[in-house]
Amino acid sequence: MDFKLSSEHLMARTLFSEFAENEVKPYASEVDETEEFPRGTVEKLQRYGFMGIPIPREFGGQGCDSLTYVMCVEEISKRCATTGVIVSAHTSLCCDPIYKYGTPAQKEEYLKPLASGEKLGAFALTEPNAGTDAAGVATKAVLEGEQYVLNGSKIFITNGKEADIYIIFAMTDPTKGTKGISAFIVEKGTPGFTFGTKEKKMGIRGSSTYELIFRDCRIPRENMLGQEGKGFSIAMGTLDGGRIGIAAQALGIAEGALEATVAYVKQRKQFGRTIAQFQNTQFTLADLAAKVEAAKLLVYKAAYAKDTQKRFSVEAAMAKLFAAETAMEVTTKCVQLHGGYGYTREYAVERMMRDAKITEIYEGTSEVQRMVISGSLLA
Amino acid sequence: MLNIVVCVKQVPDTNEVRLDPKTGTLIREGVPSIMNPDDKAGLEAALRIKDELGAVVRVVSMGPAQADAVLREALAMGADEAYLISDRAFGGADTWATSSTIAAAVSKLPYDIVFTGRQAIDGDTAQVGPQMAEHLGIPNVSYAEEIRVVGDSLIVKRQFENSYQVVRVKMPCLVTALTELNRPRYMTPGGIFEAYREKQVTVWTRPDVPVDDSNIGLKGSPTRVKESFPKALKGKGEVVTMDAEAEADYLLAKLVERHVI
Repeated sequence: MDFKLSSEHLMARTLFSEFAENEVKPYASEVDETEEFPRGTVEKLQRYGFMGIPIPREFGGQGCDSLTYVMCVEEISKRCATTGVIVSAHTSLCCDPIYKYGTPAQKEEYLKPLASGEKLGAFALTEPNAGTDAAGVATKAVLEGEQYVLNGSKIFITNGKEADIYIIFAMTDPTKGTKGISAFIVEKGTPGFTFGTKEKKMGIRGSSTYELIFRDCRIPRENMLGQEGKGFSIAMGTLDGGRIGIAAQALGIAEGALEATVAYVKQRKQFGRTIAQFQNTQFTLADLAAKVEAAKLLVYKAAYAKDTQKRFSVEAAMAKLFAAETAMEVTTKCVQLHGGYGYTREYAVERMMRDAKITEIYEGTSEVQRMVISGSLLA
Repeated sequence: MLNIVVCVKQVPDTNEVRLDPKTGTLIREGVPSIMNPDDKAGLEAALRIKDELGAVVRVVSMGPAQADAVLREALAMGADEAYLISDRAFGGADTWATSSTIAAAVSKLPYDIVFTGRQAIDGDTAQVGPQMAEHLGIPNVSYAEEIRVVGDSLIVKRQFENSYQVVRVKMPCLVTALTELNRPRYMTPGGIFEAYREKQVTVWTRPDVPVDDSNIGLKGSPTRVKESFPKALKGKGEVVTMDAEAEADYLLAKLVERHVI
């Protein structure tokens, strides 16, 4: 067992950290405040190959591995969780399923521009009545001649209005429950595909979370991703990978908060000494640092499992569960250590605490992760 | 197709270097090593010429085995080949021995342009580039802040304290680059993987470098360092562009903020 990163991983981390420090951090608070999608930053991410890290070069990607990708999401999320989820949703939820389930023609047409950074991707499973219970998908796809006709709506879609290519899940046979769900690749601009309301969120406020509306939206038959009726298993398989991305986002948020707090407690003085000199501060930080390190090991292990194992659902669930809850605990306690200042928007920990909450909810709530883990324990 | 050689040096990141308050010497422990910023600007200039006109970019460094990292970084940015001149016999070199050694190594490679940085942030001599040009017998243009390739020549804008010069120089030539020349590109993640997994760093030891023993290493160094002292560190400047009144207000606010007034 070797816990040492290879030279290429170390250099990649330096790159991500330098990029995030120069190109992401300066805009983090503005993105949160204005709730605007950081288009300029995303263009830079696209230009430097950050939007297709684990995808092979023959499909426009960088040909790296999941660990490299995870470190990218981590380093970015350390400074700006909005930007982190943009990368994660694009890569894990849109590039990945096309790479895994797409036909050669679909890979050529859609994966190449996504992974090379020309286009941005999104993934749409959730509906008003189909969240954790994905079987409740009410969006329908009906085959008419050589086209599927989509009707319905999707909510809470990350990269919502900004993406170019969407993975959409719809019922092709409502009598079959989850086995009646199929996946489709839909391009922005397809007639009948419009956007509804933008969500006003607690955190990750720049990630362009929109409702997608389909009214008699006709897409070519060949845009079905995978086989008919396999949509649910594609969604679940894709979310296993997505969870590692979100776990990395949560890890990054926790690291960012801890780093900011370590710097803060060294200069903040109360009762004639820095608050770092109080044992309460020291013990709290020690506990948080240990949890962050544990989260990191779980996240990196899950990334490794994704590259080396056929199934990695449990590893992904453990990483996401632990990293998300760590992010929430770390940010909450970091706000506490900041005292009143931590409750103001002058300090990044305030934003980080709001950003952390979503990691316990999306791409499978913590409760869902517990179901996955216990399910495998008790099987 | 142009052939470009870029010389890069691995240096301690002086932004991260702290002074030992007791001895006044630099604390190098735990300080990350980086590609010298002026050299990186030279590399970026070479890569831009490659992007625009097509070129083979070869990077050369002299240093210990760890200097491999800056060459991999250069490869990850887009350089084609990398050469590390590394041998104990070259150690302890002053600028004369260094320039003799690197020039001899470069003479083995095809080149139309040789880029070096103006100076390295760990020594600040600004001598190695121009001396190399002398050894190679090619014209040298120092302090480049803008470069264009025109036919068989380069048009270079040279920066001075209060003015600049525009010169035309015929290739082959050597140019020393300033950080002001450009903003170097980031590496790409795939470029890093390629640099480590597919590309090679060729290591040249003493026998590979056609240079006389009298011109290398400590023994081949005619100069000795009498005293070294850290540069007086100046805070990072800030350029503000607004109308005069707003500028005055801004300045006033800053002075108040820093408790100057």
